[in-house]
Amino acid sequence: MFPEILRRLVATIPVMGVVAIAVFALLHVTPGDPAVIIAGDYATSEDIAKIRAKLGLDQPFLTQVGIWLGRIVRGDLGTSIYSGLPVATLIGQRAEATIALTLFAMVISVSVAVPLGVLAAWKKGSLVDRAVMVFAVSGFSMPTFWLGFVLVYIFAVSFHWLPVQGFSPIDRGFWPFLRHLILPAVTLSLVYMALIARMTRASMLGVLNEDYIRTAFAKGLAPRWVLVRHALKNASLPIVTIIGIGFALLIGGAVVTESVFALPGLGRLTVDAIIRRDYPVIQGVILVVSGVYVLINLVVDLLYVVLDPRIKY
Amino acid sequence: MSSSIHVLNTSLGGGLRPPSEPPPGIAPAKPALEAEHLSRGARIIRFVRRQPTLVVGVVVLAIIALGGAFAPVWWTGDPLEMRPIERLTSPVAGHWFGTDNFGRDVYTRTIYGTRVSLIVGATVSILGLLIGTTLGLVIGFYRRLDAVMMRVMDGLMAIPAILLALALMALMKTSVRNVIIALVIPEIPRVIRVVRASVLSLREHTMVEGARALGARTPRILMFYILPALAAPLIVQATYICASAILFEAYLSFLGAGTPPHIPSWGNIMAEGKTYVQLAFWIILFPGLFLALTVLAINLVGDGLRETLDVR
Repeated sequence: MFPEILRRLVATIPVMGVVAIAVFALLHVTPGDPAVIIAGDYATSEDIAKIRAKLGLDQPFLTQVGIWLGRIVRGDLGTSIYSGLPVATLIGQRAEATIALTLFAMVISVSVAVPLGVLAAWKKGSLVDRAVMVFAVSGFSMPTFWLGFVLVYIFAVSFHWLPVQGFSPIDRGFWPFLRHLILPAVTLSLVYMALIARMTRASMLGVLNEDYIRTAFAKGLAPRWVLVRHALKNASLPIVTIIGIGFALLIGGAVVTESVFALPGLGRLTVDAIIRRDYPVIQGVILVVSGVYVLINLVVDLLYVVLDPRIKY
Repeated sequence: MSSSIHVLNTSLGGGLRPPSEPPPGIAPAKPALEAEHLSRGARIIRFVRRQPTLVVGVVVLAIIALGGAFAPVWWTGDPLEMRPIERLTSPVAGHWFGTDNFGRDVYTRTIYGTRVSLIVGATVSILGLLIGTTLGLVIGFYRRLDAVMMRVMDGLMAIPAILLALALMALMKTSVRNVIIALVIPEIPRVIRVVRASVLSLREHTMVEGARALGARTPRILMFYILPALAAPLIVQATYICASAILFEAYLSFLGAGTPPHIPSWGNIMAEGKTYVQLAFWIILFPGLFLALTVLAINLVGDGLRETLDVR
């Protein structure tokens, strides 16, 4: 097992290398001089020259690639043009809200979607099944930020049950922290929930036709026991896979959700950076987020072994 | 869903004539021709019953598309006309969806907003499909390219699509054309994946072997043997790309990095309404409803096509 983890970790290096080069190339594939664009409409030629030197754009292209990769390997994500602070520091400051939001949304999604999917598959063709499928397809079509505003309007503006916006760090008390996160997390979880419910249903349908399920029922085991211990466990590989792949959706949704609920997370950092054309920050966030995504999918790959003992690496 | 539909089908369409009792002296009707005897109406009803998702999706989408295409006809005004006196009016007879903070009619703007969304959705899916298919065919067919290119694709797909699109928009001027470019680029690796997977399995197919034996060259094989087999999965894929492109255009515009503010698009209207959630919720409510309905319709078309074309 351990050498396998090591081998897998090494295998993510080329993927991350591609990400790093792609993020670097972003500046160069778009039309126009990046220094001019970053400097903005009212910049003097000195400003532009300063930015060009700061980003190393005055160096030969291959030197730039080398410098960029070398910095990343050392964990240096550069400095923000706008605030002058290291990008890594900025990301560190904003990480708490985003991690809390995505984790909370993930917990909500999985704990609602998996039972729904199991139920739908078990009662295939019934009203419950149809309701779950309708929920899944409409959840997948819902614009995240719009849903956020609708929830704010209902639960915060009309009923005053929950705060409209904002974030309360966890060290200022768990209850305020949770209250501020409920609406954003529910908003964010819907798309992910729809995706997982659909996959759970499809995967369960495949397993429920197996002989050992009929045997389990014939033995007189309680349906709940059969569904969870016999069916769900064997249907879990595609579900876990989609949870990993769908994490990209969660990140994308977080950018928009944070903007609706004024959460000081990585999404807001990105959006602010885009308005200010603070390119090092944009590059840093993309790099870190993609790295997390790759790592999560690595964990998913390794989970296969736990879930299905037949798989040996 | 499907089981009940099949039961209904047998009772439809003129009934099944038992072959045991043909009229004397006349050859028994061939059952294969049975469908030909149905009236056009009955055939349409049968299709609707078999494919409810597809039909509902197509009908809703057609209504929305007609709405956008003939926007001036549907009792709309000028989407850019400002009437400061009537600003933030709640929905009334003259302003069905109310007005925004400049006194512009939200109904008019929402109907006009359909255009941007549908144009972006259609263009992104067509471009993504064309570029992705071309690259996917080439990559899938040349083994040496394959290993390297798939690592590159894995890397590109590790970047969340919305972040990549945002980063691209940060370096370009806001315009509909640039939004389309920013949304196509993240989709291309995903199309390549689908195409490549099919090419890999088709490449070993007997028909390809046969074509090679007859002297067909690679471009011919790709065009006439591989591509037709890819049509069904790609059409389904295109609908999903279209749906997500429409959502992403709204996200980008909402975040201020999409369609330029002077063009009414659903994302722009909602972006302007976000400061007025408590005062004038209608500015966000109605464009969002249209957006959700459009994306839902396209997803239904995709699900329906997947079932009709039998794509896994």
